[in-house]
Amino acid sequence: MNASAASLGLLSCHTCSLVSRAPAADAALCPRCGSALHTRKPGSIGRTWAFLIAAMALYVPANALPIMLTSSLFGSQDDTIMSGIVFLWEDGSWYLALIVFVASILVPLAKIIGLAVLLLSVQLGWRSHQAERARLYRLVESIGRWSMLDIFVVALLVTVVQLTALASVRAGPAALAFGAVVVLTMCAATSFDPRLIWDPVKDPREQPATA
Amino acid sequence: MNRAQLLACPECDLLQSDSAVPRPRKALCARCGAVLYQRHPHGLERTAALTAAALVLFAIANAFPILSLELQGERTDATLAGAVSALWSQNMQLVAALVLFTAIVMPLAELAALAWLLAPLRFGLRAPQFGAVFQLLQFAQRWGMVEVFVLGSLVSFAKLGHLANVEAGIALWSFAGLMLVMAAIEANFDPRDLWSRVASL
Repeated sequence: MNASAASLGLLSCHTCSLVSRAPAADAALCPRCGSALHTRKPGSIGRTWAFLIAAMALYVPANALPIMLTSSLFGSQDDTIMSGIVFLWEDGSWYLALIVFVASILVPLAKIIGLAVLLLSVQLGWRSHQAERARLYRLVESIGRWSMLDIFVVALLVTVVQLTALASVRAGPAALAFGAVVVLTMCAATSFDPRLIWDPVKDPREQPATA
Repeated sequence: MNRAQLLACPECDLLQSDSAVPRPRKALCARCGAVLYQRHPHGLERTAALTAAALVLFAIANAFPILSLELQGERTDATLAGAVSALWSQNMQLVAALVLFTAIVMPLAELAALAWLLAPLRFGLRAPQFGAVFQLLQFAQRWGMVEVFVLGSLVSFAKLGHLANVEAGIALWSFAGLMLVMAAIEANFDPRDLWSRVASL
């Protein structure tokens, strides 16, 4: 047996994963758990693009505007994500700089590019590199949450420093934009249906022999 | 073939039969390599026990300070709820809501949903609203970010260490413990087993 459930008129429930026969109408409910059944996530490509384009737009202010405003007796300083990383690097905390760079700059960028590649590959109907694209999808899904790191760091610094008389730390406008990028890219990854990657492989004979 | 023995890969839709998949701890899709299910002897019982432990750790983690800063005799504590209210008072309500949602509400929802589904099962009962609560569980697993928050606390700790006297609070250790217990829940929980047990009630 080497065929997709959809090609045999079967569909699996997103909630309880029971495989059942696809009814004629699309508004069906799972016989075991009562969730709505869909062969594929409805409107997957359009929704994913919408979330992704919004995330791309907000990625710009997230990086250009300051994320943390510090003022102390020695003057005030506005830090963007990147200048915060440079500060950590020059301060000798290269390991912290590396963690924040990966979580705040690399991960969101990798997610945006990765999802755009997946969407284009599905829309252009690529028939090769399915296994690699499946891995790319899993990577995008699993790394996404780690970009929240900077938001948590800002939240804790703001709290602990705000009450001291010597300095005050405030969250900058980039915190809002950056939080939105994290949420939007996670929503984009959730709306994408990875089964679309495999759908062009209709005929079982075209599939690579399973190792 | 029994319908309950059929599996469709959630990531590539390849139809496979349960009996064709060998019985290691983790079953992978033959075509795309996605995890189809993981099977553990007593996986659900272990999940229930771990959930109870996690709820205790969650309570401690939220009641005590994560970091304490001492500057010239002045001491400030940062609790998680305090971080949310500090952001809120700085006119950053949406960011505050995001922290509240991902670090407090969703982890609690995940634990509460597990307790809701698993506790009645021990007495041979199907919890009310089983399907809806299971969907909430799936949602909460995606949006709860305890492990990211722990790393964020460590980064903040190291950053502040350059400026002043910082102390790790009880909540930092509790959050680290909560992170490990929730990872253990994820490794032991087998939704397939849960659904087949509930269907046979």
